[in-house]
Amino acid sequence: MTTVEEKAGSGGGRVSKEGLRGFFREMLLIRRFEEKVEERFRAGELPGFLHVAIGQEAVASGVCAALEREDVIASTHRAHGHSIAKGTPIERIMAELYGKVEGCSHGYGGSMHLYDVEVGNLGANAVVAGGIPGIVGAALAFQMRGEQRVAVAFFGDGATNAGTFHESMNLAQLWKVPAIFVLENNGWAESTPAKQHLPLPVDELGKRALAYGMKLIEADGQDVEAVYLAALAAREHALSGSGPVLLHLRTYRLVGHYVGDPQVYRDKEEIKKTKATKDPIELLRARLELDEDELASLDAEVMAEVEASVEFAKAGTDPKPEDALANVYAPARKMDRGGLHA
Amino acid sequence: MPELTYREAVRDALSRALREDETVFLMGEDIAEMGGSMAVTQGLLDEFGPKRIRNTPISEMAIVGSGIGAAIQGMRPVVEIMYEDFLTLSMEQLVNQAAKHRTMSGGQVKVPLTIRTQGGAGWSPGAQHAQQLESWFVHVPGLKVVFASTPEDVRGLLWSAIYDDNPVVFFEHRTLYPLKGEVPDELEPIPLGKARVHREGTDVTVVATGRLVHDALTAAEQAEKDGISVEVVDPRTLLPLDEETIVASVKKTNRCVTAHEAVVRGGFGAELAAVIQHAAFDWLDAPIERVGSKFAPLPFAPVMEQYVIPQVEDVLAAIRRTVARA
Repeated sequence: MTTVEEKAGSGGGRVSKEGLRGFFREMLLIRRFEEKVEERFRAGELPGFLHVAIGQEAVASGVCAALEREDVIASTHRAHGHSIAKGTPIERIMAELYGKVEGCSHGYGGSMHLYDVEVGNLGANAVVAGGIPGIVGAALAFQMRGEQRVAVAFFGDGATNAGTFHESMNLAQLWKVPAIFVLENNGWAESTPAKQHLPLPVDELGKRALAYGMKLIEADGQDVEAVYLAALAAREHALSGSGPVLLHLRTYRLVGHYVGDPQVYRDKEEIKKTKATKDPIELLRARLELDEDELASLDAEVMAEVEASVEFAKAGTDPKPEDALANVYAPARKMDRGGLHA
Repeated sequence: MPELTYREAVRDALSRALREDETVFLMGEDIAEMGGSMAVTQGLLDEFGPKRIRNTPISEMAIVGSGIGAAIQGMRPVVEIMYEDFLTLSMEQLVNQAAKHRTMSGGQVKVPLTIRTQGGAGWSPGAQHAQQLESWFVHVPGLKVVFASTPEDVRGLLWSAIYDDNPVVFFEHRTLYPLKGEVPDELEPIPLGKARVHREGTDVTVVATGRLVHDALTAAEQAEKDGISVEVVDPRTLLPLDEETIVASVKKTNRCVTAHEAVVRGGFGAELAAVIQHAAFDWLDAPIERVGSKFAPLPFAPVMEQYVIPQVEDVLAAIRRTVARA
């Protein structure tokens, strides 16, 4: 059994400047989308409750850019970025948050259950680690049918303490299915810091792959290029037949667990320092040397899209109350004796 | 008509589905070389190979969860949970994932997953290898629940479960595996949601599941000697429930006994009683009697075990109580 640790590093400029600008725009779109969602939530327009992933945009953008459309993902309660990056138009996500029929889950899911099967989003999961086993099964289906597709589970450091995580890692490696386990390590399990929920240093959490003999690839989760290159390598490995990959991305949540979280558990100085030094969008902006005019014009473009998504959502159709019962079961199939192909 | 045991009937449904349809595959603990702890899957590895008859680690969450993922991707997995006691380990995946994906996605996905499991007392397994937990699953929108009691039924229902586009929790009863019964030459799919009237009668209806169907039939024969005519109905599918057949029977007999091996409190009999009293209130001549296990984890010593679980005599006594009221 050999396990190779790889540090993808910053990639040494393997992504063109144009490519990086594309990443920048998408990350900015995710950021502005989530800021708008926070704003509309505080204004009382959005039902339920919300988790944003401000600070973790490079993970969503970098990983999803390395995937093909037919690859599938399972997301978490912090799902907006993953969903946008996997290709769901933002107006359909916004419409979902408003509970409209035009939403990507037609109003049945909400922020924590964003689905879009057409683009390979198998759904965001509100149970921590709950979506991971399903990804093993999706990858198994691809393997059994000989399809060149990967299945990708996003989850956080908190999820690595759940039994579903360990059972899934074990089974996936045992059967060498083409899965990528994206450990989006922001160092917090809700309000509980890593030092209270992990018996090993937070930066060394990727070691859990070694226990299963699984390939570990690690990258700086705030550097979108590094994330992208690491995810490309992970995909290649997963498709090679050598088994799944734990893709460990150290990232930072620049905001609370949920919208409105006063973060009483977090040191104010630490938040300030993290915001000043770990914002993936600021880091990329500096690298791209975008001047104020360029930034302002890009921002205006992105904001116009976000505003349009709110207009789209508000103008959307409310579901009929009785539609609540329409999707409890898939419809019956025609069943003939002996041969059952409907 | 050929005769098969209940065990062979389950195997026959699995084999035929595996033969006919390459999207069908099996996963579970010890199901390959060993042929399953109940010997149900014996021989399947030889015919279908290790890619389709997959031994798994002891990981119930991953077994059910990976079944869910494969099902959403167009496969028709049949997973085996060795004892229904161990279903408790997979509850999160069953209840939060399998049952809810379709609604949460607004109808975008379907989960054609069959979860086979078995349980049942009568052989001193103790408290963690014989529970009857079927009523838990009847409480979960999005699941279907089957509990078959004869070789013919188990074969036809399992086929329908495999080809249903929804997650189906499929209960088999351990003590029924050796039971022999005639089955049609060709596999006849039995639609989910159709009850079976095993015996017609006019004085009291016994609605029974699993092993208790057979105890109810024995009790009915004994009652007949006393001039009591007993109708025995097996719902076969607990969710969806064939309320029509059950209510029609009670409207005819005006009395009802429910019987299952699970504990009485919160058992499926409670749901049956609620459905029947609401739909046939004016037809009832006696309170509905519920037969089931006494409210205790199953003890080991045979005398205590037999004391806890319901017997033919308990069904008979309940029948007599209902007719005594008139």
